[in-house]
Amino acid sequence: MTTTQIDGLMPIVIMMAAAVVLFFGGHFASVILSPKKPTPQKDTAYECGEEAVGSAWSAFNVRFYVVGLIFIIFDVESVLMFPVATVFSEMVKEGHGLFILTEFLIFIGILVTGIIYCWKKGDLDWVRSYQVSARRNQPAVAVKAKEVKKASA
Amino acid sequence: MNQTVVSFLAQYEFFDFLTKIFGENSLLLTTLIFLIFSVAFVAVAATIGGLGTYAERKISADIQMRMGPNRVGPYGLLQFLADGVKMMMKEDIMPRTADKFLFYLAPLLCLLGVFATLAVLPVSSGFTLTDLNVGVFYLIAISSLVGLGVFLGGYASNSKWSMLGGMRGASQIISYEIPVTLSVLAITLLSGSMSFGKITDLQAGFITNWFVFHNPFAFLAFIVYFVGAMAETNRAPFDLPEAESELVSGYHTEYTGMRFGFFALAEYIEVFVVSAVAAALFLGGYNLPFHISIDFLPIQFVQLSILVGKALMLYYVVIWARWTFPRLRVDHLMSVCWKYLTPIAIFNLVGCAVWMVAFNGQSLAQLIFGH
Repeated sequence: MTTTQIDGLMPIVIMMAAAVVLFFGGHFASVILSPKKPTPQKDTAYECGEEAVGSAWSAFNVRFYVVGLIFIIFDVESVLMFPVATVFSEMVKEGHGLFILTEFLIFIGILVTGIIYCWKKGDLDWVRSYQVSARRNQPAVAVKAKEVKKASA
Repeated sequence: MNQTVVSFLAQYEFFDFLTKIFGENSLLLTTLIFLIFSVAFVAVAATIGGLGTYAERKISADIQMRMGPNRVGPYGLLQFLADGVKMMMKEDIMPRTADKFLFYLAPLLCLLGVFATLAVLPVSSGFTLTDLNVGVFYLIAISSLVGLGVFLGGYASNSKWSMLGGMRGASQIISYEIPVTLSVLAITLLSGSMSFGKITDLQAGFITNWFVFHNPFAFLAFIVYFVGAMAETNRAPFDLPEAESELVSGYHTEYTGMRFGFFALAEYIEVFVVSAVAAALFLGGYNLPFHISIDFLPIQFVQLSILVGKALMLYYVVIWARWTFPRLRVDHLMSVCWKYLTPIAIFNLVGCAVWMVAFNGQSLAQLIFGH
């Protein structure tokens, strides 16, 4: 048996190397085979045939940032749960089932509290600002409609 | 200790012959065997990825009552080779305003993420390149590179369509990773292991031993995993990052020729990988429905074809879904993930944990039929 811990990780490196080789090989073939005829129009960013206006690197919707934050919290929590899940069935067999279940539920409870908090705060609604303004506008629109009715009467 | 293809081959007699040539514990021999198997893996995966594009077109044609590709080779089977050659012969265009380094790097990241996952794919009890003891964990971690590639591709192009697609792609991929991870966590909980080999071995035997039928929560977890995986690989109905009717073609709008080809290749192989992982974790993996000694070498090929067959069936379901369901809206996409799939996945996890304690780790079939 020649297996060591290093041997077990070697295929990962080899597969990554294979991806790199394939990538540069494909590039090389494409450089040899493909024509090179750049024109000023060809080298602009595609904007449906119009002339490209400005840069795309501008301020972006903040909701993506919030989603990123929520993701990090959940991801770290699930990473921390992997070791617990691995020993879970062993603990059940040894008769410590209720103990580990309680610990597990406390941990998940924190996660659930987190998601409920985000939900209540409205961070899970993608078009939050739109919904808030719609709710505010509703009475105003109704009042206007009534006024219009009165005026017409 | 990790089980690898080398340690599997070491039990056969012809290996003694090889060790005589290369010497005991030869690093060269280990590397050589890994290289041969890796090249075979890459070749098969690239072919499956290529044939995936063909299958996509042929199945969509079937659903829409068209003929589909039928000119290149028998039944148009060589269409993907023709497409590949065509892509190589196309001019590589890079926008003047793009971030050149990241623009180059993005397709490579996608490829890296997908190929690295192939190393732990449990194709058979012996031919698995390496059966890491943290295999499941490693797979979830390394496949995040694809999301990075998608986002960088969108960002580096400096085009508005690409930027929108990349942003959507990033938020979608990271969001759907949560339900997927939680579903996989449920399987880890049931099996008590993170190694693909062990998880598959626990499902040996009849269909009732599959984890998908272990308990009702595991069945739900399978559905959540499958939907989440579909979204993670940007497949329709979750293909918002490359929605052609609204974003031209999303994060790879500016990519031409071979660089676009790499994105497409990575996507199609990734679909195969997530299907194979679903088959391994939930649908019994490479196990035959009856007990058989795995020392006989040709059995490995039978196991291989069983896993690939199961994966290809799921692959068909993915393509079928693409041509059947309309695309989701972006806010619906997010609420499906955070308000439905994630709570359901947490519910499954708690359900599985309670089931394990309540029934002492027995599956539903064991409870009904005894032993």
